[in-house]
Amino acid sequence: MDANGWFQIWSFAAIVLAFAFPVGLWLHRVMEEHDAPVGGALRRAEVLGYRLIGVDPSREMSFREYTGSVLTFSAVGLIFTFVVLRFQSHLPFNPQGFGDLSWHLALNTAVSFTTNTNWQSYAGESTLSYFSQAVGLVFHNFTSAAVGLAVAMAVARGLTRVDRAGTLGNFWRDLLRAHLYVFLPLSFVYALVLVTGGTPQTWSAYVHARTLEGADQLLAVGPVASQVAIKMLGTNGGGFFNANAAHPFEDPSPWINLVQMVSIFLIPAGLVHTYGRMSRNVKNGYAILGSMFGLFLVLTGACYAAEAGWLGGLGNWEGKESRFGMAASSLFAGVTTSASCGAVNGMHDSFTPLGGLIPAVNILLGEVVFGGVGAGLYGVLVMVVLSVFLAGLMVGRTPELLGKKIEVREMTLAAVYILVFPIFVLIPAGSASVADWGVSSLNNAGPHGWTELLYAFTSATGNNGSAFAGLNANTPWYDTLLAISMFFGRFAMMVPALAIAGNLAAKRAVAPGPGTFPTDGALFTGLLASVIVIVGALTFFPVLALGPIAEHVSLATRY
Amino acid sequence: MLSASLRATALLLVLCCLVYPALVTGIAQVALPETANGSLVRAEDGAVIGSSLIGQAFRSPGYLQGRPSAAGAGYDAAASSGSNLGMTSQKLADRRAATEAALLAQNPAAPGPVPELLLTASGSGLDPELPPAAALWQAPRIAAARGVDVARIRAVIDELTVGRDLGFLGEPRVNVLAVNLALDRRFPEAR
Repeated sequence: MDANGWFQIWSFAAIVLAFAFPVGLWLHRVMEEHDAPVGGALRRAEVLGYRLIGVDPSREMSFREYTGSVLTFSAVGLIFTFVVLRFQSHLPFNPQGFGDLSWHLALNTAVSFTTNTNWQSYAGESTLSYFSQAVGLVFHNFTSAAVGLAVAMAVARGLTRVDRAGTLGNFWRDLLRAHLYVFLPLSFVYALVLVTGGTPQTWSAYVHARTLEGADQLLAVGPVASQVAIKMLGTNGGGFFNANAAHPFEDPSPWINLVQMVSIFLIPAGLVHTYGRMSRNVKNGYAILGSMFGLFLVLTGACYAAEAGWLGGLGNWEGKESRFGMAASSLFAGVTTSASCGAVNGMHDSFTPLGGLIPAVNILLGEVVFGGVGAGLYGVLVMVVLSVFLAGLMVGRTPELLGKKIEVREMTLAAVYILVFPIFVLIPAGSASVADWGVSSLNNAGPHGWTELLYAFTSATGNNGSAFAGLNANTPWYDTLLAISMFFGRFAMMVPALAIAGNLAAKRAVAPGPGTFPTDGALFTGLLASVIVIVGALTFFPVLALGPIAEHVSLATRY
Repeated sequence: MLSASLRATALLLVLCCLVYPALVTGIAQVALPETANGSLVRAEDGAVIGSSLIGQAFRSPGYLQGRPSAAGAGYDAAASSGSNLGMTSQKLADRRAATEAALLAQNPAAPGPVPELLLTASGSGLDPELPPAAALWQAPRIAAARGVDVARIRAVIDELTVGRDLGFLGEPRVNVLAVNLALDRRFPEAR
């Protein structure tokens, strides 16, 4: 550990904080105001878009209609990508002549990208054609992020609206506006910034090189920049290359690395501010942002300390790039796992036991410390509901949030939301650990092998997508089970969140009284952080004790 | 709902997967062709030697050598990968021991123990760089192989070392291929 390393971490946090306010303002303007935020060509494109889709953007949707639209749209995209991957050898832009994907790999990958997970059972540069990457996958990089943003807005509307109409907005309007005014323009500028830093953007075939010693090297290139830009902004995380952001073409230099980390948090952090504005008290947003920053800095600091060596030393360099070093690699690990992104610039599998524990804990907290685009906000809002419920129990009053009563139905739905994680992490991971098909895919033995396995289902259910990448997940069993975890980790959490919002949208808001627990102060920041830790960490403490903690103890006794 | 979903999918495919990448590629290829095509390094006759961003395997004693690589059979730029071995892995311990023994045998005059970076595989397997200390450690071997004074080799490495980005981001480093090109240019007779 050194002062410069801590300075990198703190300056990153300061930049994110500085951006949260304007980004939140912009998102509010784009998603909540009736008129388009900018006129001209974009406005005309928006109007034309509604006509092409055949919808009336001003028609408000109920919970059922909004959810139905989300699920139908996601299903169409999932099937589309499955077909593209299954038949990629018959499609254009395949200069390396890659073959079709197996049914299970195509299924896993299609679910993975539809659910904003971007778990990769394949190695990009040796499996996928340019068409599969730029069309089959990038489509979801955009749309899954936009769907997340749309759902987060719908949930926030349900909590904050006081008209008792029970409606949550119009999905098609949210979807199109998120693309036109947020993701497409930002990605366009961002992709060009990446190219200036060294990221390739070409449709030509891989390049043959002959080294100074006369050896052959085949340089994989491709339309990388356009994919990496939205991969980060949309908290997708699926790399063009197998090594993801550790690959020098994806993340060529430390300053690009900083830009990439900021771009992961940009929208999740901004959205919290957007929620504050929607609730007519920006402090509601700041209170949530405070919990997020607190948890993030503590956990990331712990990861840095573990990787760099608590008491000095050279640090753990296996799996890390020399241009990044300990601080930038640990920080990236903290950012990518708390934000449900899943890109990696160093290999988590080779982290120290406690350094690798942190990414797992970040995901197991429920991906609500910033979290994925949209998914982080609707996730943390469920935690907010739970927090005011617990506070209500403690003071003996009917719990209420923004003046709306939290009752049995909301709490039942919140319980369903919370149970998804343990069910889809623990059952498949436990099954795999006692089956031949499960353990034969491991790259490491002992507690570290269990961590590889546990991390895979954690990452899938949390829709994160990062991996302890030694695990060979491209087998029929793993591909299928991970696809199931990813699917339910997305939709079985999204639908209850929307249902809570639909319920609350129809409720009367009463003025705050003396028994109202305030959600806009430091007390609530602390309560929310505690609830996140208790719900997330305590559920999984026993399985973490068997993996990284046991490994740490065995390492400590060895020396 | 289904009709709207199908139409929205078609519309967004055109925007995100046709218009967007076409615009980015077009502008990048015109304005930034060097990086857009992979930062290729060419010989005088135009043949591609490699990419300044992608590490390569160097075996001759007269060349600076990069880190161990887990990409394919080593520095396979179409199969990037880390070793994904954890600290308790016996495979990792064996690999480190073998690498260390080989490096000590090749570098009898090197100062001090083998630098950590030369014993650890990078995340991508394509790390193009080394910290200056890990490069300078190899200077005596390179100097002996090329028959020049070690100070001149060190000078080349120092000259090509870049500091942290903006003074605080990442780590100081030196590009292995750039050093080797400079070595061949300045000390061509001996390799």
